[in-house]
Amino acid sequence: MFRHPVTHSKERILYVKKLSTDIDSILEKYPGEPQYLISLLQDVQAQYSYISEENINFICDHVGVPVTKAWSVVTFYRSFSLNPRGEHQVRVCCGTACHLKGADRIAEDLERHLCVEREHTTKDMRFTLETINCPGACAVAPVVMVDDEYLGSTNQADVRQYLKKL
Amino acid sequence: MEKITNIEQLDLLKNSLRKARESGRQVVRVCLGPGCRAQGADKVAAAFRNAVRQQGLPVKVEPLIKETGCHGFCKEGPLVTLEPSGLFYSRVKPDDVEEIVEKTIKNNEVISRLLYSENGTVYKSAQEIPFYKMQKKIASRNVGDIDPLSIEDAIANGAYQAVAKAFASMTPEQVIKDVEVSGLRGRGGAGFPTGRKWRSAADAVKKHPGPVYVVCNGDEGDPGAFMDCVVMEGDPHSVIEGMIIAAYALGARQGFIYVREEYPFAIKNLTIAMEQARSAGLLGANIMGTGFEFDIRINRGAGAYVCGESTALFQSIEGKPGEPRAKYIRSVERGLWDRPTVLNNVETLANIPVIIENGGEWFSKIGPPNSTGTKAFSLVGKVKNVGLVEVPMGVPLSTIVEDIGGGIPGKKSFKAVQTGGPSGGCIPYKLKDVSVDFDSLTKIGSIMGSGGMIVMDDRDCVVDVARYFLRFLEEESCGKCLPCRLGLEAMLEFLDNFAQGKGSLEDIEELKSLAKAVQDGALCALGGSAPNPMLTTLEYFRDEYEAHIIEKRCPAGVCKDLITFHIDSEACTGCGLCASNCPQACITGEDKKPHEISQNACTRCGTCMDLCKFSAITVS
Repeated sequence: MFRHPVTHSKERILYVKKLSTDIDSILEKYPGEPQYLISLLQDVQAQYSYISEENINFICDHVGVPVTKAWSVVTFYRSFSLNPRGEHQVRVCCGTACHLKGADRIAEDLERHLCVEREHTTKDMRFTLETINCPGACAVAPVVMVDDEYLGSTNQADVRQYLKKL
Repeated sequence: MEKITNIEQLDLLKNSLRKARESGRQVVRVCLGPGCRAQGADKVAAAFRNAVRQQGLPVKVEPLIKETGCHGFCKEGPLVTLEPSGLFYSRVKPDDVEEIVEKTIKNNEVISRLLYSENGTVYKSAQEIPFYKMQKKIASRNVGDIDPLSIEDAIANGAYQAVAKAFASMTPEQVIKDVEVSGLRGRGGAGFPTGRKWRSAADAVKKHPGPVYVVCNGDEGDPGAFMDCVVMEGDPHSVIEGMIIAAYALGARQGFIYVREEYPFAIKNLTIAMEQARSAGLLGANIMGTGFEFDIRINRGAGAYVCGESTALFQSIEGKPGEPRAKYIRSVERGLWDRPTVLNNVETLANIPVIIENGGEWFSKIGPPNSTGTKAFSLVGKVKNVGLVEVPMGVPLSTIVEDIGGGIPGKKSFKAVQTGGPSGGCIPYKLKDVSVDFDSLTKIGSIMGSGGMIVMDDRDCVVDVARYFLRFLEEESCGKCLPCRLGLEAMLEFLDNFAQGKGSLEDIEELKSLAKAVQDGALCALGGSAPNPMLTTLEYFRDEYEAHIIEKRCPAGVCKDLITFHIDSEACTGCGLCASNCPQACITGEDKKPHEISQNACTRCGTCMDLCKFSAITVS
């Protein structure tokens, strides 16, 4: 079986422990049919911030799907993460309207500022930097979403300032 | 709310809800569309509730605060409209709320500072504003008017009346016939006639009796498009109603709505709307006491653009990776779990109830004969009035961009409009009078697409835009078929070279032939239409490509490798903001004196230009 290289630093283990709850309560929500695989993976990710190998096995047992199939799903879809995510999700919209208004420059600046590549998490587990395609707020492009908060018509300095206050 | 157990009961309920509405009570509508929410509309709505509560007005006088879907005029958000005065307030901040309650709601005074003005004219109500005047709303008829979380509000506005009409007086055959007569074409991009799709599915079920599915495609992945999001968020009942009618026509008992994960509010509002419809007896077993059974489940997308493609979407609902299959057998015959399936876009389904209520004949008279009805567009990019518009098909493009959109902001000029997202094309300024309908847009190399309309000015580089879309599709390609997996990568390499001033004119020809191969060989529409942005820009803006290749120059000043930043010594005040933020520390200068950029170290990140408050950074 393909094993994803997951490194467990001390901070990570602590952070993941904080999020853990009983997986059974998630499994119970869906009947044990293969069609619920994706929904289950999404719910597990929403709860734990990522999908661990152990949880994939639990889900597979529940829906009756071979583990290899579940891995093909997890690695196919962009929104699934095999590594724990940071405390705050920083999402830079790179949709067309935002692209024309310089979203790429903001994403690059955040990479420098947070010392992390996009789609990765900072070492201290504070921030996960991601690019997304369009949350529909084109009117206030460029948009950066920090957790559930929208920063509209923003620029490098404003985003940095906002992150500092968190 | 009590359960509706027969068709007449719905009518009675609607009438009583209407009557309650006409009591003269004031209504405050706060737009909570994606644009306004991003500008803090949720805080404005909360402030209204708070302020009204504090006033302690008697229940009869207390205004009703409605948090509605998108009003469309996103650029002026957060938007607030008041009834019965019809006042339209724009750019409302939470701090303005107390004043509005005090002056407008209690004393009928108009706060002129919050009114929208354009070219010196001040507009009191939304209907007078040019942006709204030229629109015709069918699919988004209730969006911005009703509270999407209240089924009573939707019913008072006429929701589920079309279902009642279909149940009471139409056979499934008549429903299909009416949709055929309407001439409605799929709003998701391809423009396939909806009636014909339903007919084929109905025939397929007759041939192979068994389950049939109705699926709503809400996986609106095109970057820069948010029409479906607005409909799902602002009027979820219209989508549900459209699906019930489709289910009735086909005899389906199970439906699915596939929504992008990036639209959490659409998922939330649809879920609540479905629960309310179920408890009102409008969804689930025995709908309106007729014995008809149909239920819907929501499937969340997981961030794969290709899942907007029909066969990939079915795979995803089945819990598999979203890889499309070749369509020698159409999905109306073998779709979800190999059973006949009708897949319609959100906007298409939102049109259905209106067609059933008013008749296909009525709908077919709107717009040109081959593209009937209206179309919603998200008008974004370098245009003054960014927002959501719905216009009859066949209006000239210039009407949308210049009259409704107010043209290009600042002193820049209108260069092109990109329609149809990554599968569409760029329409140059010289073709701005083209009629916006399915066939005319295809003729000039673009497509209608799902309705993203991205306006570009002379500071936007077409090579960069073509590269942007191609990179997007290259990343999103599922990798199943070779032409798309490797072809897009190779095409992107050419465009990357052009953007760096490398390559030769022969490369353009080679790129074109590669594009042809990808178009012919790709398994699904993602690959098949991927070359469109590049091909149309090449056709209409070849000179710009040549400027990159031959002159090593980016005329729009976008492509990083071909530009340099300078500081205008007259405009620079020497504030030092750029110098302290330059990641390369390559800006130097004395305090309060013009600064300078050291070109050797500059990486052209653009931070200085974005930060400068005096527009002193120039590009050449």
